[in-house]
Amino acid sequence: MAVLTDRPAAPAPPARPRRARDRAARTLASRLVGYAILVFFALVFLYPFVIQIGNSLKTEPDAAANPLSPIPDPLSLAGFERIFAGTAFPLWLGNSLLVTVLVTLGRVFFDSLAGYALARLRFRGRAGLFAAVVAVLAVPGVVLLIPKFLVLNQLGMYDSYAGLVVPLLADAAGVFIMKQFFESIPVSVEEAARIDGASVFRTFWSVVLPMAKPALITLTILSFQGSWNEFPHSLVAVQDPDLFTLPRGLADLVSGSLGKGTQYPLKLGAALLATIPVAVLFVIFQRYFVRDANDGADKG
Amino acid sequence: MGKRVARGVRSNENLAGWLFVAPVVVILGLFLLLPILMALWVSLTDWNGQGSPFTGRVPFVGADNYTRLFAEEGLARRDFMTSLRNNAYYVAIVVPTQTALALGLALVVNNRMLRGRGFFRTAFYFPSVTSSVAISVVFLFLFANAGAVNALLGLLGIRGPQWFADSRGVLHLLLGAVGVDAPPAALAAGGPFGLSWWDWLSGPSVAMISIITLVVWTTSGTFMLMFLAALQNVPVALDEASTLDGAGRWQRFRHVTLPMIKPTTFLVLTLGLIGSWQVFDQVYVMSQGEPAKTTLTPAYLSYRTAFRDFDYGSGAAISFVLFLIIIALTLLQRRLMADREPAAPRRGRWWRRRVPEGG
Repeated sequence: MAVLTDRPAAPAPPARPRRARDRAARTLASRLVGYAILVFFALVFLYPFVIQIGNSLKTEPDAAANPLSPIPDPLSLAGFERIFAGTAFPLWLGNSLLVTVLVTLGRVFFDSLAGYALARLRFRGRAGLFAAVVAVLAVPGVVLLIPKFLVLNQLGMYDSYAGLVVPLLADAAGVFIMKQFFESIPVSVEEAARIDGASVFRTFWSVVLPMAKPALITLTILSFQGSWNEFPHSLVAVQDPDLFTLPRGLADLVSGSLGKGTQYPLKLGAALLATIPVAVLFVIFQRYFVRDANDGADKG
Repeated sequence: MGKRVARGVRSNENLAGWLFVAPVVVILGLFLLLPILMALWVSLTDWNGQGSPFTGRVPFVGADNYTRLFAEEGLARRDFMTSLRNNAYYVAIVVPTQTALALGLALVVNNRMLRGRGFFRTAFYFPSVTSSVAISVVFLFLFANAGAVNALLGLLGIRGPQWFADSRGVLHLLLGAVGVDAPPAALAAGGPFGLSWWDWLSGPSVAMISIITLVVWTTSGTFMLMFLAALQNVPVALDEASTLDGAGRWQRFRHVTLPMIKPTTFLVLTLGLIGSWQVFDQVYVMSQGEPAKTTLTPAYLSYRTAFRDFDYGSGAAISFVLFLIIIALTLLQRRLMADREPAAPRRGRWWRRRVPEGG
C-alpha cells in the first residue's frame, strides 16, 4: 500500500506540489478576504443597533459627546424612565398591540378563505377576480394616502380604532400567497372529505387549513411585522393622540413635541422598544423569513 | 365518470366561492378601488377638506390642478419639479447601489468555503424587517452634527457636514471643488418646467445622501436573499465545467453566473425602481422635505399639500402623477419579466413569484 501511494509522487515533477501549495495558499487568502468582507458588512449592518442600545443607556451629555462608543459611562436608565413617565409610550404600545393582533387575525383568516376559493372552488367570475387581485398588488401604498383618508372620512371611520384596523384586514399579497400554497396541496384529500358529505367550509376548515400550516405561519409573520411597523396608514387614519400606534408616536416624538437634536437616549430607547417585538419574532422564526435561501441550498 | 362526480360535488361552489372571497372583495374594494376613484374626482376639484368633497358646493376646476403642476409658472410647479428632481437623483443612486451591494453580499454569503454563512445572512437581512420609523430615529442620531458618522469621519481626518442642514447638491459641490462655484451663464436660467438647468443639475443634496444611505442599508438584505436564491439555482456542474475549461473567477462570474441570474437581476432592478419612487416614511421622520426642499419627494409633497396646506385637490393630482409613474414602471417590469422568464428555469419559491400567470 505504502509503495503504491508513494510511487506516483516520486517521479512527479517538482512543479506539481508547488502548484498545489499555491492553490492552497490562494484558497486560504480568498477565504480570509471572504471573512474580512463578511465581518466588515456585519459591522455595517449591526453596529447601528449596537450604538442604539448603548446610547439609549447613556446620559444625555455622554450620548452627545461619545456617539460612536457602545459603552455607557455612566450607565443611566433616565431615558427609559422618561419614556414611561414622560411620554404616552404605554398607550402607543397598547394601541399597536391591539391593531397588530386584530389585523393579523383578520388577514390570516380572510386571506386564506379567499386564497382557497381562488385556488380550488369553481365559481363564476373567479378568473376576473384573480386578475383584480393581481392588479391590486401593483397599487403603490403611498399614492393611497389621500384616497384612504377620503373613504374613512365618508364612512365615518376617521379617527377611530375601526379606521386603524378595518382597511388593513385583508391584503392582496396575502391572498396571493395562500392561493399559491393551496394549489400545491393534492386535491384528492379534500375531494374525499367532500364526497363523505362535508360542507365546503368544513372541508376548508378541518381538512385543508391544517395542511397549510407553513403558509399560515408565513402569513402570520408577514402580517404581524407589516402591521406592527405600519406608519403611513396611521398617519391618515387618525389624528387623535390617544389613537397613535408606536410608529406614529415615535414619529411624533422625533419631529413634533421634542423637536430635533435633543433627548437622544429617550428617542433611541423608544425606537429600541418598538423594534424588540419584531426582532424577537425574527430570531425565533428566522427560517421562515429567509426560507428562500435555505430551500435553494437543500436543492442545490 | 370522474368529471360527473366532481360536478355533483361542486354544485354549491358558486355560492361558497363568493362567500369565501366576499370579505376580501369588500375590504379591497372599499379601501383600494373606491378610494382611487374618489381621489380622481377630488383631484379635479378645489376641495379644502371642509365638509364632503362630493357635494355640489365644492368647486369643480377640471384639469387645473394638473396644469398647475406642469404648465403654469408658480410655486406648485416649482415644488413639484423640485420633488421630481430630488426623487430622480435618489433613484439614480439607490437602485444601482442596493443592487450591486445585494449581489456582492449574496456572492460572498453563497461561497461554500466560508463558515457561519447563516449568521451573516441573518445579520444582513435583519435591518429589512425592522420599522422604518424606528430605524430613521437611529439614523437621525448617527448623522447628527456630532453623531457617530461624523465621529467616524473625524477619525479619518475628515470634517463631516451638518447632514440634515446641508442643502448643497453634491454635483454642485464637486463642481465647486474644481473651481466652478457659480452657474455658468448658459445654465443660470431657462431650464424646463421653471427650474434652471443649474437647479436640475444639482445632484442629490447632502441631506438626501443620509436618507439614501439609510434606504440602501435597509433594502440590500431583502434583495440579497433574492440573489442568493437565484445563485443557489445555478447548477454547480456548470461552474465546475467552466473552471476545468480554464475560466478565471471573473470570467466565470461574467459569462456563467451573471447570465444565469439575469431574470433575478431584472426583478431586483425593477422592484427597486418601483419602490424608490415611493419613499415617504424616512422623509417624514428625518427631514420633512427640508433643508431648502432638497429632500422633498412627490409622495411626501402630495401628503404635505393635502394634510398640511389643506389643498386636497393638488395633493390628489400629485398622487395621480406619481401613480402613473409607478404603474408605468410596473408594466415595464411585467413586460420585461414575461419576456425573460421562459428562457430561465422558473424555480422561485411560490410566495416570491411576483409575476403570476397572465401578469
